[in-house]
Amino acid sequence: MPSIIAALLNSLDIAMLLFVIAVGLNIIFGVLNIINFAHGGLYMLGAYFTYTLVGRLGLPFWPALLLAPLAVAAIAAVLERLVLYRVYGRHVTDSLLLTFALLLIIDEGVRMIWGSGIHVVRPPELLQGRVNFAGVSYPLYSAFVITSGVVLLAALWALFNRTRIGRVVRAAAIDRDMAQTIGINVPAVVTGVFAFGAWIAAIGGVVAAPMRAIDPGMGDKIIIESFIVVVIGGLGSFPGALLGALVLGLIHGFGGRYLPQINLVLPYIGMALVLLWRPHGLLGRRAAA
Amino acid sequence: MTEPILSVTGLGKAFGGVRAVDGVSLEVMPRETVALIGPNGAGKTTFYNMISGRMKPSSGRVRFQGRDITGLPPHAISRLGVSRSFQINNVFTELTARENVEVALTALHGRAFSLFRPASRDRRLLAEADAVLERLGLRPLADTRAGVLSYGDKRLLEIAIVLATRPKLVLLDEPTAGMTPEETRHVTRLIRGLAETGEYTFLITEHDMNVVFDLADRIVVMHRGRLLAQGTPEQIRSDRAVREAYLGEEESA
Amino acid sequence: MNRNASAPSASVAAGAAARPSGWRLAVPLSLVLLLAVLAALPSFAPYFYIFVVTEILIMGLFAASFNLIFGYTGMLSFGHAAFFGMGAYTTAMLLLHVELPLVWALLASMATAALLALVIGFLSVRLSEVYFAMLTLAFGMMVYAVAHQWRSLTNGSDGITGFLLRDFGLGLDLQLADPAVYYRVVLAVVAIAAAVLYLITRSSFGLMLRAISENPERVAFCGIDVRRHRLAAFVIAGLFAGLAGALFAPFNRVASPDMLHWSQSAEPVLMTILGGAGYFLGPFFGAAMFVLLETWITSYTEHWMLFLGIALALLVMFFRRGVLGTLLDRMLRR
Repeated sequence: MPSIIAALLNSLDIAMLLFVIAVGLNIIFGVLNIINFAHGGLYMLGAYFTYTLVGRLGLPFWPALLLAPLAVAAIAAVLERLVLYRVYGRHVTDSLLLTFALLLIIDEGVRMIWGSGIHVVRPPELLQGRVNFAGVSYPLYSAFVITSGVVLLAALWALFNRTRIGRVVRAAAIDRDMAQTIGINVPAVVTGVFAFGAWIAAIGGVVAAPMRAIDPGMGDKIIIESFIVVVIGGLGSFPGALLGALVLGLIHGFGGRYLPQINLVLPYIGMALVLLWRPHGLLGRRAAA
Repeated sequence: MTEPILSVTGLGKAFGGVRAVDGVSLEVMPRETVALIGPNGAGKTTFYNMISGRMKPSSGRVRFQGRDITGLPPHAISRLGVSRSFQINNVFTELTARENVEVALTALHGRAFSLFRPASRDRRLLAEADAVLERLGLRPLADTRAGVLSYGDKRLLEIAIVLATRPKLVLLDEPTAGMTPEETRHVTRLIRGLAETGEYTFLITEHDMNVVFDLADRIVVMHRGRLLAQGTPEQIRSDRAVREAYLGEEESA
Repeated sequence: MNRNASAPSASVAAGAAARPSGWRLAVPLSLVLLLAVLAALPSFAPYFYIFVVTEILIMGLFAASFNLIFGYTGMLSFGHAAFFGMGAYTTAMLLLHVELPLVWALLASMATAALLALVIGFLSVRLSEVYFAMLTLAFGMMVYAVAHQWRSLTNGSDGITGFLLRDFGLGLDLQLADPAVYYRVVLAVVAIAAAVLYLITRSSFGLMLRAISENPERVAFCGIDVRRHRLAAFVIAGLFAGLAGALFAPFNRVASPDMLHWSQSAEPVLMTILGGAGYFLGPFFGAAMFVLLETWITSYTEHWMLFLGIALALLVMFFRRGVLGTLLDRMLRR
């Protein structure tokens, strides 16, 4: 029994991290109609900036949690303004190609600046140590990850459903032309949404930094997992991202413990099964055509 | 007593809470030319989309030659003999006019999986493509890339693609939209000529009332997703409900 | 979403009728000349160049197979390395364990790669292009994960090594261990495969693919099952990628998980964009530029991927028709 609870708790912190990345992908897809292949790279930049701020410059963790995501959001805004906007209105494959190019650039850029080795960031003192939960000893930091995931979930829900900004973004997502005619500055919304998605991804990166090894492959790993989350949950669905993240978190938490021989392949098997059963994901809406 | 070629019963489609098409029943007899008219937003295009398989109906059945085709995929419906044109130009701009027609013919003759025979050597297919183009007066433009054709020629090519699938029932969605009066007369004559061959049954939506009264054996009026009236052109011309629907539309427009 | 807007279509290449008549002869003639020079290469070029050209030919076939689904059918796959790697592993294992003649190993590799493409394609071609890109990347990485984890079969991250090239088969007495001989075998196989691929693009099936790339919905309304055509294109592309991988394993002397990684899938994408997706020979041209640039740039810096990313971004933004495409467009417009 304790081992099941441990696996469950372990699943939850993975799930929260995946949710944070997948929800950013979904928000960007909703408005820009593209899948951002560089999204994992932005997450990775969040982690590396944290390493530089905390590990090198000796800053405490909390200011890094504020600064690193802002820096990544600024980079993302510049990329959208200088690069992505050029292919709006072209065939969708062009924007996929461009974000894929950004993925290559960020990956290799990280290797150039920080090297190929593994870096480590220690959790803030406040969050070191372990807590007991239902008879299981659990790292305090993981509890923090789960809590911040839930806070972010609630904040995003409130933002999109309860504020004017949320309504403007949803209007732009539904019909850009219509949004333009009712006086919404659509290009600004698009830039803002892309930067916002990057900001969320970078928060994920900062939060992940003390519990995961920081290496140049971390971006690829998370983006592929987030794709699986998005496919399982349904592309563009906010609750779908949560459900998909939980499913994949459980696959990881339990698969790693009980089926270690095939744990790497399990997520794909899960995805394939969902595709066979419901091609548009568990909570995805079927397209008209 | 002949069977209807198309029989639609209680067809409905709801988007969210809005009923775009609401319980429409309609029968079309073989070799008939029926015009489907109604103000913008009456549900004509949604109606077409459901018959041709682009959308699944929320309720009701569609039968073609007695066979239930409700919810079949578009390619299956097309193979049974229902072909449609689109309101916006929908030709393959990167292909030549002849290749556009070949796409439809290839499906018809089951050549789509002929992997190694060059399409340009398939003489029977080429001759047939040219014959279809000839019929629409597009033969001289056969080797022209469709993207550079004039607007009117693109609309004609659209009809050529539709005819190439050898349909029994042809759904034309505003065939003369955006055409010059000259082009409109040409297309009207053309459709009448095709109708007179007795090979086709036409269901046409159209905004140009001259075209409608010129071509239709029977007129069906849709309004707010429902059937408002149907009858001969003379009956429709004098129908009060129809005139009110149209006048209401004009006032608000 | 406007599907008609500047699709990455290969169909301009089909506008043969629009070409000046002089070109009709110029292209085949220069191809024959090129093949003759390539066949004679070992008699005057040092081994280094033979290795380089062998790699160009194999990668060119890999990229051309990718372009059947990308340029011709309009679907962007980020998982094409799965089939390349599948071919490489099949050949490596058959040469190691069964000591099969090469030609049978090549055929078997095409079969296994096509089978894998059938499974992945069945799950990936059903939805939109966006889904397709994500799913091919993810399933590609699944194959990578399998190669890593199934150590008893694949030898894990070390890959399969130590296999030997014996005979070619079909009664031909070829010293395959000689790089010059292996190069000529590669040249012959790639030439035949390219000819077959070319025939496919010019067939009725190829016409359907080009039509699908521009407007899949209109094709469906002509009575054509779009999904089956996409799947067939995907399987054919996987089959030829498997052949390229099968030729690559003996050349590389190893079949390793690196060949299955997504960064390997990026290579045919780049080669095709570099050369131009609009022409059949674009991917081959792109592969040549890619391999030469790689050889040159990696002698200065190890950060070759950074260069690739920047090149890809610039090409997509400003030279969408690729180098060969842009050049030919200029020449033909005159």
